[in-house]
Amino acid sequence: MKLLKRVYLGLILFFLYIPIIVLIVQSFNAGKSRAKWEGFSFHWYEELIHDPNIMNALVITLSIAVLAALFSTILGTFAAIGIHAMKRRPQNLMLTLNNIPMTMPDIVTGISLMLLFIFTQVERGFVTMLLAHITFDVPYVILSVMPKLKQMNKHSYEAALDLGATPMYALFHVILPEVMPGVITGAMLAFTLSLDDFTISYFTTNPLVQNLSTLIYSQARKGIKPTMNALSALMFVALLVLLLVVNRRTKEEDA
Amino acid sequence: MTNFQVPVWGYWMMGLGFAAFIGLLIAYIRKNRGFRRPIFASPYMLWLVIFTVIPCFLVAYFSFTDPQGNFTLDNFKSFWDSNFNARKAMSPEDLALYESMGLSLDDLGLGRDSINIDTLVFSLWMAFLCTVICLLLGYPAAHIMADREFKLGPTLVILFVVPMWMNFLLRTIALMSLLEDNGLINNVLEWIGVGRQKLLNNIAAVQAGMVYNFLPFMVFPIYNVLNKMDYKLSEAAMDLGCDKWHVFYKVTLPLSVPGVVSGITMVFMPAVTTFYISRLLGGGKVQLFGDLIEAKFLSTSLNEWNVGSALSLLMMILILLSLGLLNKVDPEGEGGGMI
Repeated sequence: MKLLKRVYLGLILFFLYIPIIVLIVQSFNAGKSRAKWEGFSFHWYEELIHDPNIMNALVITLSIAVLAALFSTILGTFAAIGIHAMKRRPQNLMLTLNNIPMTMPDIVTGISLMLLFIFTQVERGFVTMLLAHITFDVPYVILSVMPKLKQMNKHSYEAALDLGATPMYALFHVILPEVMPGVITGAMLAFTLSLDDFTISYFTTNPLVQNLSTLIYSQARKGIKPTMNALSALMFVALLVLLLVVNRRTKEEDA
Repeated sequence: MTNFQVPVWGYWMMGLGFAAFIGLLIAYIRKNRGFRRPIFASPYMLWLVIFTVIPCFLVAYFSFTDPQGNFTLDNFKSFWDSNFNARKAMSPEDLALYESMGLSLDDLGLGRDSINIDTLVFSLWMAFLCTVICLLLGYPAAHIMADREFKLGPTLVILFVVPMWMNFLLRTIALMSLLEDNGLINNVLEWIGVGRQKLLNNIAAVQAGMVYNFLPFMVFPIYNVLNKMDYKLSEAAMDLGCDKWHVFYKVTLPLSVPGVVSGITMVFMPAVTTFYISRLLGGGKVQLFGDLIEAKFLSTSLNEWNVGSALSLLMMILILLSLGLLNKVDPEGEGGGMI
C-alpha cells in the first residue's frame, strides 16, 4: 500500500515534470530533429544570442520587468502603509479593488486594459505593456508588505511622532526599515510575475514590440523550432530559481 | 474601429483633474496637522481607478454600444446568433435583391449561427471535464502528501507549488513538443511497435494540456486543508471503532470540503478562460470561449470589439458567480493561499 502510494505520487510528478525535462534535454541536442539524439551541444543557445528578434525581446522583457518591479514596489509599499492605517470601511473597499486584478482571469484583465488604451487612443506598445504590468504587480507587492505591517508594533509610529519626528521622517526611519523584508519579497515577486506574464502582455502590446513570451507564442503557432526550446529552457530555469528564492523568503518571514 | 475620439478639451480636463489631485495631495501633506498615513494610498487609489475600475466599466460600456457608440443590446443578441450584426448591417435593398436572385440568408452565410453559445457550452464542458479529472488525480495525491507518516510530503508539495507560478505558455509548449509528430512520445510508440499517432491538434490534446497546467491548483489547496486538519480527529474516530474507509469519508472528506471547493474554482476558472492551450495543442481546430474572445479583439479581419466585450462581460459575470460561491463555502480562504 505504501509503495503503491509512492508510485502514484511519482507518476503524477512525472506527468508534471517530464515535458519540461524533455524540453531542456532537447535544447542541448546537436541535431535539428527531435527524433534522434545527435550529441550534446550548445549550438541552439549560440543561435539564440545571434537572433536579433530574440535579443530584442529579451531586452524588452528585462526592462519591463525591472521598471514594473521598481514602480510597483514604490506604489505598492506606500499603498500598503496607507491602506493599513485606514479605517475599516475604506480599507475593505481598497482591498476588494486591489483583489480584482488578482482574481480576474488574465484574459479579462488584458482585454479591459486593451479597451482602455483603445478608448484613450494610446498606441499600444512598450509603455502600455509597462502600465499593464505595474497594474497586475502592485496587488502582489501589497500582499507581501501587508503582513509585515500587521506584525509591526502599531505604537512605534505614534511614539516616533510623540518624540518629535515628522510623519515623513517616521515613515522612512520607523515604518520602512521594519517592513523592508516584505518590500524586497514584493519586488522580487513583481519582477518574477512580470517576467512570467504572457496573456496580459499579449493584449496590451503591438506585434512589433514583443517580449519573450509573446515572441515564443507567435513562433510556436508555426511549430516549434529548436531555438525556441533553448529559449524556453532558459526561461524555465530563470523562473524556477526566482520562484524558489521568493518561496523561501515567504516561508522564512512567516516563521 | 470605434469612431470615438477624445475631444481636445477632454485631454485638458484629464490633465487639470490630475493636477488638481496632486495639488490637493500636496496641500494636505503640507498641512502637517492633518497628515494621516492613509494619504500614502492615494497614488495607488488613483491608479486603481484608472487601470482597474475604468477598464471594467469600459468592458460594460463597449458591451452595450455599437461601433458608433450608440446604446444597443445587439451584442448580446449576437451571443445567440453570431451573424446578427452582419445581417443587420445589410441594407433592405440588398436583401431584396438577393431574395430576387433566389439566395437565402443561409446561402450568403448569414443565417442563424450559434457558434458563440455553442463554444461557451463546449468550453464549460471541457473545463468541467478538466476539473473532474484534476479532482480525481489530485485528491489522492494531496491525501498521500498530507499523511503525517509521510516525511517527504512537505518537500514534495513544493514541486506542486512551483508550477502554479510558472509560465503556462512555456509549460504548454513543453507539452506540445512532447506530443509532436516527431516528439518523444511518438518515438517511443514507434520503438515499441505501436507506430506513430496523431497526438496533437485534437480535443484530447487540449484536455491533456488543461489538466497538465491546472492540476497543481487542485492539489495545493486540498493539501493545505488536509495538512492543517487536526489529526486527533481521525485518531479519535479510529478509537471509536471506525475503519479506515469510514474515517475517510465520515471525517477527512467532509473536513476537506473547503480545500476541494477552492481547488475546483482555481481549476475551473482558468480552464474556462484559456485560449493559448487550445490554440497551441488544438492547432486552431479546437475553439474555446477564450479563443473566441481573443479572435474578436485581435483578429484583423473581425475587430468586433463590442461583441467581444459583451462576451468578456458574460465571462466576468460567470467568474464573479463562482467566486461568490467560493466565498460562501470557504470564507476564511483556508484552501487558498498562493505560495
